[in-house]
Amino acid sequence: MRRRLFFILPMLVLLALMGFFWRGLYLNPTIVSSPLIGKPVPDFSLSRLHNPKATFDQNQLKGQISLVNVWATWCVACRDEQQTLLVFSKQNVVPIYGLDYKDDRQSALQWLAERGNPYAAVAFDPIGNVAINWGVYGAPETFLIDARGIIRYKYIGPITPAVIRKDLLPRIQALRREGT
Amino acid sequence: MRTWFLIGACLLLMVTRVAWAIDSEPPFSDPVMEHRYEHLLQEIRCLQCMDENIANSDAPLAADFRRQIHAMVAEGRSEQQIRQYMVNRYGDFVLYDPPLQASTWLLWTGPFLLLGIAILVVILVVRRRARMDEGREI
Repeated sequence: MRRRLFFILPMLVLLALMGFFWRGLYLNPTIVSSPLIGKPVPDFSLSRLHNPKATFDQNQLKGQISLVNVWATWCVACRDEQQTLLVFSKQNVVPIYGLDYKDDRQSALQWLAERGNPYAAVAFDPIGNVAINWGVYGAPETFLIDARGIIRYKYIGPITPAVIRKDLLPRIQALRREGT
Repeated sequence: MRTWFLIGACLLLMVTRVAWAIDSEPPFSDPVMEHRYEHLLQEIRCLQCMDENIANSDAPLAADFRRQIHAMVAEGRSEQQIRQYMVNRYGDFVLYDPPLQASTWLLWTGPFLLLGIAILVVILVVRRRARMDEGREI
């Protein structure tokens, strides 16, 4: 009996390790879950892209469910995403706010003028300090904010119609039911 | 002659400070702050490039992290406060040195556990062999 345990135990350890490694194969290491989920939007104050004299701050994100999309003209994946966002914005489900990340104001304005503007308003963060405060580590990233101004979900990577259908809409509906 | 030149060059490399990625931030005049800053650069992960700390990474995000940390050190924040600032926004993954807590105890103690098991196995095997040898003599 003791002898058998001698063989079975290493086998069990090996199987457990294989289980972990197998799962590891299907995890995406570039996706780091945000500790800010469930927390209020960090305080910030940025100028608006279209109107440098007007500011955009956390108070604009209170009172209704909204999306905050981190994008930039240098971000290739944002190009694909923008068309999806345009279609989604026309359905008027929730307002989409943009956070223009480490960008050049002129090129950003031109990009929106040429390709269409899905955003209700765009905050302009040329240095990227506010983005760090939001735990952003790349573009595109999209935050779902509830009506109290609390971050409820973060999607990392380009938004596609499938992401809207599977990840965003069910959560927005859940928030509506929750009444926040 | 050439050999001497090479040796000289190597010696020179040994005494020069390790060159970090170049930023516009000036070095701190206070050596304590400078040390705190450089220590933090070693500890914080560049999330854009994953397997580099921000001291060694050329990624734009690493430069932003350096600038942010430089500003916080200049404000007089402690190392612990700055580390907490980064963890609050990016999670424990942003630290190269994961803290010891409920979710990481196996990570920290695992190698020692395995070493303990290995030593135990060696002792058992050696003892058994010793017993078998004794048996043969009798």
